[in-house]
Amino acid sequence: MIFDVEMETLPREDLEALQLKRLQALVERVYANVGFYRQKFDERGIKPSDIRSLADLKLLPFTEKQDLRNHYPFGLFAVPKENVVRIHASSGTTGKSTVVGYTHRDVRNWAKLMARCFVASGASAKDIIHNAYGYGLFTGGLGAHYGAEELGATIVPVSGGGTKRQVMLLKDFGPTVICSTPSYALVLHEAAQEAGFSFKDLDLRIGIFGAEPWTEEMRRDIEDKMGITAIDIYGLSEIMGPGVGIECHNAQNGLHIMEDHFLVEIIDPETGEVLPPGEQGELVITTLTKEAQPLIRYRTRDITILNKVPCRCGRTTARVHRMMGRSDDMLIIRGVNVFPSQIESILLETEGLAPHYLLVVKREGNLDTLEIQVEVDEKLFSDEIKVLQRIEGKIVKNIKDYLGVTAMVKLVEPRSIQRSEGKAKRILDLRKQN
Amino acid sequence: MKVEQISIFLENRAGRLEEVTRILAENKISIRALSLADTSDFGILRLIVSDHEKAKKALKENGFTVGRTSVVAVEVDDQPGGLNAILQILSAGGVNVEYMYAFVQQSSKTAIIVFRFDKTDQAIELLQQKGLHIIPGDTLYNL
Repeated sequence: MIFDVEMETLPREDLEALQLKRLQALVERVYANVGFYRQKFDERGIKPSDIRSLADLKLLPFTEKQDLRNHYPFGLFAVPKENVVRIHASSGTTGKSTVVGYTHRDVRNWAKLMARCFVASGASAKDIIHNAYGYGLFTGGLGAHYGAEELGATIVPVSGGGTKRQVMLLKDFGPTVICSTPSYALVLHEAAQEAGFSFKDLDLRIGIFGAEPWTEEMRRDIEDKMGITAIDIYGLSEIMGPGVGIECHNAQNGLHIMEDHFLVEIIDPETGEVLPPGEQGELVITTLTKEAQPLIRYRTRDITILNKVPCRCGRTTARVHRMMGRSDDMLIIRGVNVFPSQIESILLETEGLAPHYLLVVKREGNLDTLEIQVEVDEKLFSDEIKVLQRIEGKIVKNIKDYLGVTAMVKLVEPRSIQRSEGKAKRILDLRKQN
Repeated sequence: MKVEQISIFLENRAGRLEEVTRILAENKISIRALSLADTSDFGILRLIVSDHEKAKKALKENGFTVGRTSVVAVEVDDQPGGLNAILQILSAGGVNVEYMYAFVQQSSKTAIIVFRFDKTDQAIELLQQKGLHIIPGDTLYNL
């Protein structure tokens, strides 16, 4: 089934004509209403009227995450503040979050796109959806929530955490669809087994998993263990939230991009040059319909491959390969985005340290763990155990408070963290090795 | 009246303690007293040595994090109730012991207890008022 048959199966020509029309309107809009874009266009000597074809997109400037931070909180809004009905934000240390605003129509569009996603996954209005994405400033919970209601399905807004209660609700409410991070689904499954049953005993038939990287092997593992179809979903708060792209259950081969709303390109992250379909590079997205906070050529830093070959599900939209990595140093820990620079500023704030630190990410069981190794210098050191333990506790608490991630802190001897060519290696990601 | 103690941060893994004693041995520094406090990840080695300046310098040159703290060494009769008498005085005076360690002297009827207090100066005053013998640093370094 297809939720929006007209838009999701538009012939390529018609789709591109619609994209161009929307792009031209977008460029007019941001030039008139967003100082940041007007200035960027002026610097390059570009007028909105210069965009005559989709190929002209490459004339436009990129937008980076840093641009959102620089205009924190509402500096990139393209509408008066009173027209904004919702705010979401990503984690960040004080003043460094990225904020996203939505108009009423943006929220409606998002709901429709998420409804498309549910249908692409094989769900329908008859399903009960257990939504374990976090509710709140994070876009996952509310994004899926509005989509499920738009579809007319039954949504259980359980949010994240409280594993034992989730397991009880999975048994008692009999949901047929679950939304969560893939690793949390495995945690829930383990907890169910401890409680004496398997997901195979439940009515669950579809899992919609996103917000963190996972592999094809993990998908097969989840499908075998749980007896469900596991679907990969993609989205990012800067662009909208979940629902930018999703796999169809028919092919489970690449994520369909909602191309009538998002114009995608793949670029070489080093040179910024646009790459043809089939080549691996960084995904860049232009929001064609967003009103409150449209973005031009937003650099997602996600690495993927674009595929324009028509899919056997009948959708004509382009697909992207499951995300293959990042072109920056962002870590995703249990669905939360963490940059080493955020940890560094927390360490600096905590004890006024200019520390040498190493972030060690592991997967223990099915959950990611973050260990922060901090070298103990003379400023930090004490002859009393309790003083050092208090510092460890304070770092853990600040990281939890600012970033929403539980980390472990391990104090290590000076110079035990490897230095290379003057630039310290900050991340040791052991998740990729099994 | 205070004694200088050096403390060394050690990761909890094989060979680290040996490295410290090797450096001290090579520099001909004697250990007079020591204690090791440990957690699952790290430990703090506290030492009173024959030459704390030299020890600190040598250890730092070898990459260790070294701190220096003033502690108090008190002589106590090596018999039942000896330590209790001291602690009673401190307790009555509201002084808290952060940590302590003890050793018995060769050919002597007394023991020496090394204290780290929360209020060092007040503790010294209390103990002296009660006539307890506080051992000066120089005496201890050259035992």
